[in-house]
Amino acid sequence: MELVCIVCPNGCRMTAERSDKGIVVVGNKCKRGEAFAASELTDPARSVTTSVRTTVSGYPVVSVKTDGEIPKSKIFALMDLCGNITVDKPLPIGTVLAEDLFGTGVNLITTTNMEVIDE
Amino acid sequence: MKYDVAVIGGGPAGLAAAIKANNEGASVLLIEREARLGGILKQCIHDGFGVVRFGQKLSGPEYADRFIQELRRTNVQVSLLSFVTRTVKRDEGYDITYVSAQGVNTVHCGKIVLATGCRERTRNAIGIHGDRCAGIYTAGAAQNLVNILGAMPGKKVVILGSGDIGLIMARRLTLEGAKVEGVYEAKPTPGGLTRNIHQCLKDFDIPLHLSATVTRVFGSTRLEAVEISDVDERMRPIAGTQRIVECDCLVLAVGLIPENELARDLGVELDPATKGAIVDQNCQTMTEGIYACGNALHVNDLVDYVSESGEIAGAAASHGGKRKLKPITPQGKLLYVVPQRLDVNAPIDNVVMYFRVSCELADQRLTVTAGDETVFTKVYSKLLPPEMERIAVNFDKAHTLDDFTIRLEDK
Ligand SMILES: Cc1cc2nc3c(=O)[nH]c(=O)nc-3n(C[C@H](O)[C@H](O)[C@H](O)COP(=O)(O)OP(=O)(O)OC[C@H]3O[C@@H](n4cnc5c(N)ncnc54)[C@H](O)[C@@H]3O)c2cc1C
Repeated sequence: MELVCIVCPNGCRMTAERSDKGIVVVGNKCKRGEAFAASELTDPARSVTTSVRTTVSGYPVVSVKTDGEIPKSKIFALMDLCGNITVDKPLPIGTVLAEDLFGTGVNLITTTNMEVIDE
Repeated sequence: MKYDVAVIGGGPAGLAAAIKANNEGASVLLIEREARLGGILKQCIHDGFGVVRFGQKLSGPEYADRFIQELRRTNVQVSLLSFVTRTVKRDEGYDITYVSAQGVNTVHCGKIVLATGCRERTRNAIGIHGDRCAGIYTAGAAQNLVNILGAMPGKKVVILGSGDIGLIMARRLTLEGAKVEGVYEAKPTPGGLTRNIHQCLKDFDIPLHLSATVTRVFGSTRLEAVEISDVDERMRPIAGTQRIVECDCLVLAVGLIPENELARDLGVELDPATKGAIVDQNCQTMTEGIYACGNALHVNDLVDYVSESGEIAGAAASHGGKRKLKPITPQGKLLYVVPQRLDVNAPIDNVVMYFRVSCELADQRLTVTAGDETVFTKVYSKLLPPEMERIAVNFDKAHTLDDFTIRLEDK
């Protein structure tokens, strides 16, 4: 299988094949490429950044991310989950909004420091 | 009120400049027109920021927050919701006029750091014909709408421009439930990183159409459709290739230009290649006491380098002495080089230089010379227009401090 590694901006073009010795990867500049290829062949995963609604003045939404990777197949399920969250008070950056997403141990955390703005 | 240094713009460039100038002992005022610090990073909620500086993939707001927290520990005065409208040269230093909730204020400062960022090219700038209807946004405006205001710009979207900002918006709008009909790119190759083609388009089955552009828009009040045409290698539409794509939103991700309204007022000399100010290695413009950094200086693709240029400007603005400027002449296939001048009275042992090429090039050698001596050389197996390159050059070894050139040629 032909792949482009998305771990870092280098974007290595790689080929990954299954063999009796496991998965053989060619074209990666670093170890992380191997791990990425293995996961693409078995269970592709992505970190996701998005936003959730708030009722806090000055913040119609607040930015959030998964603090690790979740299965690619769960991205839209995560979007649905985010649609059901409303933040109702100013939260510091890194606050956990949802724990152990889809049993992965990965959490949903805020990425903006919500500071009250005096107009 | 009087400050040693006034920094205009509270994005990553301005934050870094203000922190650095403060730490070097200057009294500093940071002026930002918005309610919050962070600049464009507030709305860049995707990750990939800070890989060079922190070795981590942070989101834009997380990257900005590190600097905002650091700024809080300094003595920098911050004036938010303050829009700088005028800067005037006085015998010593400058007067800055800004508009805020308190009315019109004027402060005096010794030096000015321009960190005003960039603006986006619009429909007018690229000449799309047709109706004047709602539903046409620049990528930054659409990004602000979704990521700051929590509103959607449309349901069926066409994106023009395959740079990283266009690709990231294609994914973002898809995640939020819009149907992205396609990303169109007039050039034969995509503008953004390969990694973004994969994680933003391929992951979501969003089609990418190369050598094609939007030639007309239709809609009486709201956008209803766009006309797409294929283009030739000189990017001219090919007759007979027109087709109509229905959509209610067109997102233009067609390039950024340094914001230089204030620089122009001050008579700061600009470089036609970067569209930003001409500067020396300390980010000082050709106008004494005016510095420029970040995207106001030249459009950067990595925020890490934006912060670096802010720090260079901030440090220099808090010291500064009599300059002796020599040109650095670009030769060969370089699109631009920053800095364009070298102040040989200032330290020259670690001169940070940035350059870009205008087309994809393989197997190139970059050579920096002083007189007929080579002071730096580096080989590149591949150079790409979307990726800015950075080098650090030690000119101290040179015997003659004159006739500086930077040259890119086939290896
Ligand atoms: C839409 C968009 C998306 C981008 N996405 C990415 C990305 O994904 N990754 C990446 O690395 N880079 C991205 N960039 C590039 C990004 O701009 C830089 O990385 C970085 O944010 C530039 O920092 P800056 O401080 O120079 O400018 P900015 O962040 O733009 O900050 C400039 C600040 O100056 C203020 N200002 C301007 N004029 C005045 C005035 N007259 N008075 C007072 N204040 C003023 C503005 O309000 C703003 O806060 C993007 C740029 C744009 C425009």
